[in-house]
Amino acid sequence: MSLGQPIAGSARPMRRMSITQEVVVAIAALILFLLFSVTLDNFLSSSNLITLVRNVSVLGMLSLGMGLVVIGRGVDLSLVAIMAVSMTFTIVLANGGWPFSLALVAGLLFAICVGAVTGFLVAYVEIPSIFATLAISAIVYGLGRGVIADLDVNNLPPDLGWFVWLGRGSLFGIPVAIWVFAAMSLVLHLYLKKTGLGRFSYAIGDNLATARITGIPARPVIVLKYVLAAVTAFAAGAVTAASVASMNMRIVNSTMIYDVLLVVVLGGIGLTGGRGGVRNVLVGTVLIGLLLNAMTILDISYTVQNLVKSAVLLAALVVDALLNPRDEQTSQQGDI
Amino acid sequence: MKIKTFMATMVAATLATAVLAQDGMVDELRAPILDKLKDRKVIFVPMSMSFDLPEGWAAVMQGEAERRGYQLDIRDANWSTDTGTRAITQAILEEPDIIVVQNFDVTSYARTLKRAEDQGIHVIQVNMRSAYPTDAFVGADWAGMGEYAANRMIEVCGTSAGGSGKIALVQGPATAAASVYQLNAISEVLKGTDEIEIVSSQTADWDQSKARAITQTVIQQNPDLCGVIGFWDAMDTGTGAAIAESGKDIYLITSGGGNETACQGVENGTFDEVISYDVPGQGRDLNTAISILLQSEVEAGEMEFALYTPNKIITKNSINPTSCWTLDELRK
Repeated sequence: MSLGQPIAGSARPMRRMSITQEVVVAIAALILFLLFSVTLDNFLSSSNLITLVRNVSVLGMLSLGMGLVVIGRGVDLSLVAIMAVSMTFTIVLANGGWPFSLALVAGLLFAICVGAVTGFLVAYVEIPSIFATLAISAIVYGLGRGVIADLDVNNLPPDLGWFVWLGRGSLFGIPVAIWVFAAMSLVLHLYLKKTGLGRFSYAIGDNLATARITGIPARPVIVLKYVLAAVTAFAAGAVTAASVASMNMRIVNSTMIYDVLLVVVLGGIGLTGGRGGVRNVLVGTVLIGLLLNAMTILDISYTVQNLVKSAVLLAALVVDALLNPRDEQTSQQGDI
Repeated sequence: MKIKTFMATMVAATLATAVLAQDGMVDELRAPILDKLKDRKVIFVPMSMSFDLPEGWAAVMQGEAERRGYQLDIRDANWSTDTGTRAITQAILEEPDIIVVQNFDVTSYARTLKRAEDQGIHVIQVNMRSAYPTDAFVGADWAGMGEYAANRMIEVCGTSAGGSGKIALVQGPATAAASVYQLNAISEVLKGTDEIEIVSSQTADWDQSKARAITQTVIQQNPDLCGVIGFWDAMDTGTGAAIAESGKDIYLITSGGGNETACQGVENGTFDEVISYDVPGQGRDLNTAISILLQSEVEAGEMEFALYTPNKIITKNSINPTSCWTLDELRK
């Protein structure tokens, strides 16, 4: 697997095993797919498959952002808060009389600022990302609930045809939300694989000290990483708001951020950083989509659905630990 | 002598009547009753002061508290049973006269509420009941609403009415009072008939995105789906969005506090029917319950009563300018 190969020198023997976690998950997804195709009526219809992807596209977009952060070694627990609050900010401004496109720009700027602050805290103040983003998440949510809006659910102003099209329209028979997800995947893939900055992310994720010695501007690249993640969160928020004509800040309190982490880890982007790519996110998203779709069709209760998802996450972590054993480097730096 | 007394009484009575006619009469009841309300303390612990229902109740309760001179404190549970439990425990220490609680589910607060009553504090539960009964319950008649919605589904979607008979339920959290009591009533009604089949009964956790995703999958799976009973209008904007996206004519009955968004939903076709439990009415019922408990001498937990809100059905036909309310109106 050359995809995850670090460009900076690393003593870690990478990918001696031919079966990576990505392959394991892809095979699991394939088995489930075949199983559901045989056992569930209508599962294999093209419209159900479109629905399946459509319903995880927002999760997928957030996971792209999370994947980017994890590849560069780190984690961003504030993505859901940024998504909900930046979009709420947009909606509140629009309801207050701002032209909607201007309100969108303001929301995007808000997200970028939050990402920049997080990046600064992680890169320059050197706070571990898990704590920095946890705190930022609470601050952003607090801003949302205390300063930006009185209510957690804020409705879009009426008559926003073009914007609602983002969530409800389709193009060539495929919902626009899926197109947005696809476009974002492509852009992120090109960023990671074809640009210097993207390659730097891998180097930093694999070994920060070595990356810096080789002359990579590590700190600015880390800041950029959090800003890009915040932008994906804003885009995910826009699609969500367009789908249901409102934004609900309550999701910050939900388990959604863990679902995002689940997709990333499940897809095989190791929490130790420096490995994986957009393909891993796609595989993880598809597996979660399959599970959610089938469990809804089977009418399984919410509690059991969470149980199944958590069990899958645990299994993924076990597989991750087996395939990417702890080595000296990891034990010195710790996870994340 | 007797005649003298009689005459005197007559004169006095005539005089009194004359005075009455001029100055009215003192309501002997009022002053002592108002005295009983004055300087008392009520603590309200809502699920979260961030959506229409608690905001509405608080506005109505606050108005009455100011008029009658008692104190209303609000302690926000902020969508967390832990925070809520802490808030109630703290409230108990402050020894208010009444605690008004909106439960997240039927179990979490049960012990804490019992402790409050043991301390001699009256407890009123609003809208979302705990399985543990306290002095008073003020709120929606979930069972009645479930019965109504199920019967409407038989009328609209039943096989003898020409429908496919297939309906889906979009619930709140599985342990919330709104879910358990409504679900039970729906099942009871549908048990006796083979007109209706529930093809899906999922929890969307009060979240519109989840409701949208679930409904979309269910419609996909059951292209002849005829109706959906949703358990809360704020969540069911997502259910309605999925129905609109499918382009199908699926009958959506939902319920909520009758905020203006409910009426907008009916007007723009997102909802076919909203069973409104009329938050301003509930606010008044809350004030009544508070007033009764403050006036009465009974011990906490001795008298158990419930004020179930009469349902208001909002449809395109029944909708009128007074069907819904806005928060600004209630705060006036």
